[in-house]
Amino acid sequence: MSNETRPTGGLLESGLEGLSHNFLTGTLEELVKWARRHSVMPATFGLACCALEMMAAGGPHYDLARYGMETFRASPRQADLMIVAGRVSQKMAPVLRQIYDQMMEPKWVISMGVCASSGGMFNNYAIVQGVDQIVPVDVYAPGCPPSPETLMHAILTLHDKIKNGELTRRKGEGLGLVVEQMGPSGPVPVTLGQG
Amino acid sequence: MTATHELPTNVNQTSEGGQELTSADVIAAGERLRELGAVLRLSENDAILAEREQVPDDETMIINMGPQHPSTHGVLRLMLELQGETVLRCKPIIGYLHTGMERTGEELSYLQGPTNVTRMDYAAPLFTELAFSLTVEKLLDIEVPERAIWIRMLMTEMNRISSHLLFMATNGMDLGAVSMMLYGWREREEALRFLQEVTGLRMNHNYIRPGGVAADLPDGWRDGVLRLLDMLPGRLAEYDTLLNQQPIFRERLQGVGAINADECLALGVTGPILRSTGYDWDLRRDMPYLAFDQVDFDVVVGSYGDCFDRYAIRLAEIHESMKIVRQCLEKMPKGDYRIQDKKVTPPPRARIDESMEALIHHFKIFTEGFKVPEGEAYVAIESPRGELGCYIVSDGSSNPYRMHVRAPSFVNLQTLPHLMHGSLVADAVAIISSVDPILGEVDR
Amino acid sequence: MTDIDAESGAADTPPENVPETLFDTLLTRSHEQLVLHPTRESYPGLLATLHAAGYHSVVDLCGVDYLTNDSRQLPAGIEPERFEVVVNLINHRERARLRLRVQVPETDAVLPSAFNLYPGTEAMERETFDMFGISFDGHPDLTRILMPEDWIGHPLRKDYDVGRIPVQFKGAPANR
Repeated sequence: MSNETRPTGGLLESGLEGLSHNFLTGTLEELVKWARRHSVMPATFGLACCALEMMAAGGPHYDLARYGMETFRASPRQADLMIVAGRVSQKMAPVLRQIYDQMMEPKWVISMGVCASSGGMFNNYAIVQGVDQIVPVDVYAPGCPPSPETLMHAILTLHDKIKNGELTRRKGEGLGLVVEQMGPSGPVPVTLGQG
Repeated sequence: MTATHELPTNVNQTSEGGQELTSADVIAAGERLRELGAVLRLSENDAILAEREQVPDDETMIINMGPQHPSTHGVLRLMLELQGETVLRCKPIIGYLHTGMERTGEELSYLQGPTNVTRMDYAAPLFTELAFSLTVEKLLDIEVPERAIWIRMLMTEMNRISSHLLFMATNGMDLGAVSMMLYGWREREEALRFLQEVTGLRMNHNYIRPGGVAADLPDGWRDGVLRLLDMLPGRLAEYDTLLNQQPIFRERLQGVGAINADECLALGVTGPILRSTGYDWDLRRDMPYLAFDQVDFDVVVGSYGDCFDRYAIRLAEIHESMKIVRQCLEKMPKGDYRIQDKKVTPPPRARIDESMEALIHHFKIFTEGFKVPEGEAYVAIESPRGELGCYIVSDGSSNPYRMHVRAPSFVNLQTLPHLMHGSLVADAVAIISSVDPILGEVDR
Repeated sequence: MTDIDAESGAADTPPENVPETLFDTLLTRSHEQLVLHPTRESYPGLLATLHAAGYHSVVDLCGVDYLTNDSRQLPAGIEPERFEVVVNLINHRERARLRLRVQVPETDAVLPSAFNLYPGTEAMERETFDMFGISFDGHPDLTRILMPEDWIGHPLRKDYDVGRIPVQFKGAPANR
């Protein structure tokens, strides 16, 4: 390609002709979603068995760092994703809600494991039957405890939700019902009435 | 070591030689602890009131640590009374993970029971299953086959390894040695891989059941064990280089959170905390269960009762567990992996296809469960955290009338105020970590 | 299977062949485990005797509610009551275990606390109080331990509903 036809530099050298090569066009919304999606900061909210699997997912073998979310924030004010990992007791419920309220908008919640999602096998006086009674949940990860792979799938599902969802929708709208469907590699959480 | 060793266990090693602990010593230790007054006895409401009515020139302040705090191992909450940076009194507040498992256990049949109890100590789930199963077997008055006993030993010792590796990881993390966390998780994954090969699950296995184990060891299990046994010594040597030789790590742990043997006995503390004081007590050797009287291993004891001893004991216990695992490899007998008692054991899968009676039997066992004679029994085993006991009252039905688990972490947590008394807040983190509580077991 | 309880120690020590009592307390055997049945009045004294005899640690203390179970076997002279407090002690030196079963009536569910002799029972007695509503006389801090402080009822009692309960918030204000 000869030098005459090819615009060499930016605006200063080639005038307005250079614009077509040096700008990407798109909506601001897409950009914000892209940024949000790739820098989700989870709060450490380990409760029970699932917390170990959550930590294992952050460990060297499963390596959550490749999704840009290896920094588990100890302070809820620095986090935008709460992974409720484990059974939520009646005593813990107010604490959980308080921590959720302390998180900055926008914020998401993954309910990890059946105990957090529905009370699991502990349908008794002590356990809250589903953390969605307290905070709005975006993704439910099935399993008791979910393996790190399941958690990573839930996180990828959440990434999709962030990418395809609305930018300014407030949380807690709709039922957000999620059912488990058998996929080729095991049960997959599927959100009903979304998108 | 055999069960019939002659060394007295009630001996406190002092600078002047061994001294036998007497009843008066233990009572005196209890009184000493009481006079020290390290336990903060203040309800939550009173704490809020005290905070409001605080006198301006009051030197002490009460702060809350947890229940959502990265270094409290889950949902432990500590109410600390501080003077400057020094912890004066402390109250561990638990119950944030109370799951009502003892009540749920009364609703489930004996066959379903391990599913429930395995979720108590989620770092060492096989131990709770074992305690539950041994108690049910005692009530049933049955003996499981040799092979099942050895499989149980193999699996629990593997689980002890993975549990102590978890401690290595979290202890390092709490002290700021984050690279140690990565190494600990790396090795734990390897141990979990073997458990998964055998039981099908990484955690909460429901593998040890009344009457034996759920399934026989799979083909090639020896390779899995050997791979781990070959890999671990080198990796543990790395830990040794990384941590034991490291001045910062030693400074953070040595002399921090010290406790005596008599104080431990007064508080009912067991496990590595008791052994770190030099008290030579391990249920595997002293009150053998399974076939621990037929294997050779050492009970590791410390001498200072501080955080570093507790860390070092756990590191050494991994080596001892590997010794036991190696002997399990050699001595694993052939035979049944569960008792051939029609009352307890469902018929094999192949029989169900050909026999209607077998199908009915299978259905009955899994819906109604088996009935256990009236009575009550308490059986204790040595879990990675101490004495893990299970107390079951049976009323002759197929559900336990009362199922109580004596959780070692629950009792060990009582040492926290005494360990922390007079130490810094930063040491508090190291102390919590060295007690190694698993909150699922504390709150049940 | 190896017998898990080394019963050799205290069990064989009484030379006379009277297996009914040990430490002047009624004795029964449950699956080769020794069970003592003190009364409420003799319970503190028995604990002191046992402590002096080498039972330095209470490993476990829990409650049982016998409301719907009338099949239990008690030695003659022990009046069955609704509640029972079960204490497991250990003698490290002789490698022996003992279990105490103390009857506690429903109308006056109080038992002397073992705290002064065995400080380790503090949390266990609090748990028993929380779960069964059995009070311990002389306990320094008898409050709920597992359930929230304002919880109503004692969950492990047999007449307490097991099932699902709607979420009960403690009314803690949300700090934003």
